[in-house]
Amino acid sequence: MALFPALRGGGEIEAAIEAVALRSDRFRQERERDWKRLELIVTRMEKGRIGRLSDQDLLELPVLYRTVASSLSVARETSLDAATLAYLESLVQRAWFLVYGPRTTLWGWLRRFFGGEWSRAVRSIWPEVLVAFALMVAGTFVGWMLCVQDPDWYFTFVSPDLAGERVPGASAEALRAGLFGKTNEDGLAIFAASLFSHNSSVSILCFALGFAFGVPTLMLLVQNTAMLGAMLWLYHGQGLDYEIAGWLAIHGTTELFAILLAGAAGLHIGRSMAFPGTQTVLGAAAAAGQRAAVVMAGVVLMLVCAGILEGFGRQLVDVTETRLMIGGGMLAFWLAYFFLFRRVPPGSEHA
Amino acid sequence: MNVTVSARKDPRRVLITPEGIALPIKLASRGSRFGALLIDLLIIAASIIAVTLALVFIARGVAPDLFNKVGKDDAQIPAAIEFLIIVYIVISFLFRYGYFLFFELGPRGATPGKRMTGIRIAARDGGRLSTEMVLARNLVRDIEITLPLAALFSLGSDESLSKWPMAAWLLVFALFPFFNRDRLRAGDLIAGTWVLEAPRKKLEAAMSTGQAAATGTSYTTGVSYKFGDDELAIYGEYELQTLERVLREDRNEAMLAVHEAICRKLGWSPGTGDERAFLEAYYTQLRARLEAGMRMGKRKADKFAHGGG
Repeated sequence: MALFPALRGGGEIEAAIEAVALRSDRFRQERERDWKRLELIVTRMEKGRIGRLSDQDLLELPVLYRTVASSLSVARETSLDAATLAYLESLVQRAWFLVYGPRTTLWGWLRRFFGGEWSRAVRSIWPEVLVAFALMVAGTFVGWMLCVQDPDWYFTFVSPDLAGERVPGASAEALRAGLFGKTNEDGLAIFAASLFSHNSSVSILCFALGFAFGVPTLMLLVQNTAMLGAMLWLYHGQGLDYEIAGWLAIHGTTELFAILLAGAAGLHIGRSMAFPGTQTVLGAAAAAGQRAAVVMAGVVLMLVCAGILEGFGRQLVDVTETRLMIGGGMLAFWLAYFFLFRRVPPGSEHA
Repeated sequence: MNVTVSARKDPRRVLITPEGIALPIKLASRGSRFGALLIDLLIIAASIIAVTLALVFIARGVAPDLFNKVGKDDAQIPAAIEFLIIVYIVISFLFRYGYFLFFELGPRGATPGKRMTGIRIAARDGGRLSTEMVLARNLVRDIEITLPLAALFSLGSDESLSKWPMAAWLLVFALFPFFNRDRLRAGDLIAGTWVLEAPRKKLEAAMSTGQAAATGTSYTTGVSYKFGDDELAIYGEYELQTLERVLREDRNEAMLAVHEAICRKLGWSPGTGDERAFLEAYYTQLRARLEAGMRMGKRKADKFAHGGG
């Protein structure tokens, strides 16, 4: 009976109930204790004083919420006391915020996220993953081909600040020097951290722009891979294909994969809004946005890995074979994790 | 979506909880949302500045001559300074992207700015606000705040008009809440959320506990007010609620006016000095009659409506 404290009411309450004239006010007085108790719990939670609530209070919150919600339903049919109805409506809404608020702990969410939710979200947007992949290949190709036709295109894709010594006409030695021999350099960690910060901002942008029906996302993907194509062309011209492959692959398999996923997530939102199918546009956008958000949380984590690989790995590992092995290993790991690991975590929020 | 109100400017909506209860809710005004955002951005800016100052202070302690060497090629960065710079980069990133996530996923479900302005986020469908929703709505902030601001600043320094189309396009995102009825910003749209006013109402006293209300007998004069069926049948629920408001506000002039109006309608000659007892008695008996009608499935909306017993 602990769930219904009002039923344990002593003589005092019964006397008070006798004194009221209206049936609906009697109804109210019989339940007021539950209402007040819920209000107390809700107020404390809103003020962030969860520490002052006992476990029992927290357990009772959903029960009291349903009790008060049913009081509201009954009161609407039997009572004309506007103030009490308004109070109940506001109390039920406040409790609803808490009962149906974000309830998972960070730890619990991470466990579900790594335990299958992330890879499932990636698989669920596979058409966009393929489109984004095709776009990136096309962008690389376009960058390369334009540079083959006219080397001036190079500076359209690679800004002079970024290019540094890597300009058309540079000698093979100069280019090679840029790829190797940074083992003893300082500030690797700073380099890694700033790479991560920059890349994450770009991919979050890539995702967010999917909102405009995906068009800016497409442009961003093509533009960035055209730069890649232009640089590949430059190194190819000096016979450094193998070396540039290793230099890019060690972090690139992770970083480019992350950018690919970010683009795919953006496209997914854009596509769902443009072609919502049987859902409303708003409903489709919301469903796609939530799926894409999971992918994006993973993208940020992948970029942390990529930043570390680029900042430390590439500088410390000066041998192309090892670079290729690390890069290939990372790629195999991501592919296996996303497409072979098909566990559905228990207690998923979305079916 | 459970929208019953058609008027574009009306902030009231009805939300159906998973239990099937219709709750009247109120959308947060764009002003209070903007205020909340400003407060949050100020907190973020202040925190980043504080962290920067603290790190610079520590850096001076670790390597007093560091700042004289900046820009020289042979300058070796001490390991401790390197660590501080990493801390700085990571903390700035976390403040920029983690601040909103941290607070909106927390037990109080709102950032400090939102708490101060009394608003909260909620799932549009009335169901649970999931982690994914909060993630989605906050990942889009970049194109809503950072980019439009950057575009606006770049306009000032640029004489040519080439950046105007881009800026206009970005402003569409920033001003998105003005272009739809539910005041959704881009992030709300793709997350399936909206922003509501957090209600706060106190439980008022029950009306029928006073002596006049309970028994119809005035405490001051001893007069007993009993109204007949036809005397109560002239009013409906609307008038009852007006009367309730007057009684709860307890302002003398209002009670005098209402007292006089009711007496005129009843054909009584209004006395003075005992208005409250009269109104309490009339309120209670009218409510008892209307509620009895309700239980029988008969309702009377106002004095013009027929029925209600």
